[in-house]
Amino acid sequence: MTFGSAKDKEVVKAFWTKLAPKADDVGADALSRMLAVYPQTKTYFAHWKDLSPGSAPVKKHGKTVMGGVADAVGKIDDLTAGLLDLSELHAFTLRVDPANFKILSHNILVVLAIVFPNEFTPEVHVALDKFLGALSRALAEKYR
Amino acid sequence: ARHHPGHLLQDRQGCCWTCCSLQVWSLSSPFCYLVLALISSHFLRCLIVYPWTQRYFGSFGNLYNAAAITSNPKVAAHGKVVLSGLELAVKNMDDIKQTYADLSVLHSEKLHVDPDNFKLLADCLTIVVAAQMGPGFTCDVQAAFQKFLAVVVSSLRRQYH
Repeated sequence: MTFGSAKDKEVVKAFWTKLAPKADDVGADALSRMLAVYPQTKTYFAHWKDLSPGSAPVKKHGKTVMGGVADAVGKIDDLTAGLLDLSELHAFTLRVDPANFKILSHNILVVLAIVFPNEFTPEVHVALDKFLGALSRALAEKYR
Repeated sequence: ARHHPGHLLQDRQGCCWTCCSLQVWSLSSPFCYLVLALISSHFLRCLIVYPWTQRYFGSFGNLYNAAAITSNPKVAAHGKVVLSGLELAVKNMDDIKQTYADLSVLHSEKLHVDPDNFKLLADCLTIVVAAQMGPGFTCDVQAAFQKFLAVVVSSLRRQYH
């Protein structure tokens, strides 16, 4: 899966260097919002003791998710090949409906708008939205 | 102007927002004109992030790139038109469906807007409000706001046949 133009990749990588130090917090907040605003997503985490915003399992999982996004930024030139293992995990073990990738992506963007109000310009927004879309498609690659 | 009862929130510029007991935004505060101007940028953001939405605005002149869209006066004016439509929904929160019946017919039969676009605009609005409110835009506030927008979108879609 090829993603975007050279300019798009530049924008994503540049923004990621600002985001990286706060990635864990961004992940926890995005996940908290996803669970609160789209309660159907809670069905995937019925085994957690505490699904409230900022709880320990939410924080831990937010870190895991952003680790995956960091990985994808590093493999931006070939997301499909780079995310093969993660795609198999989501397809065969986790079996997350891919519609949910868009939901989580939206909440990541909401958190970025809050944490980086000046840097999250329309140009950065569109590049990141494209990137998260491409990431989601690469994750869904192995589903069928 | 009336203030709705309930929790008072301040955004980054110190403008006051009020959350009514239904936990939906009220834009009726007199302090919010600055905020409204900033939030009307949601529409230009939609044109930039989802460029296919430009198809409905052929008469707006130069939409060639982000800079042109951002400085286009017709785009700015239309952002305000959309916001005043939303204000109508806020003022008639108990029956948005009925309030929006004519608007829905307008979008379907006269403007011929693909209703999937309403969701794109709602997502952009949520993001612009988040940027403006900062951490005050908590999980609960986001949930209430998006619930409200979902009703708005569904009401706008209703008269499509």
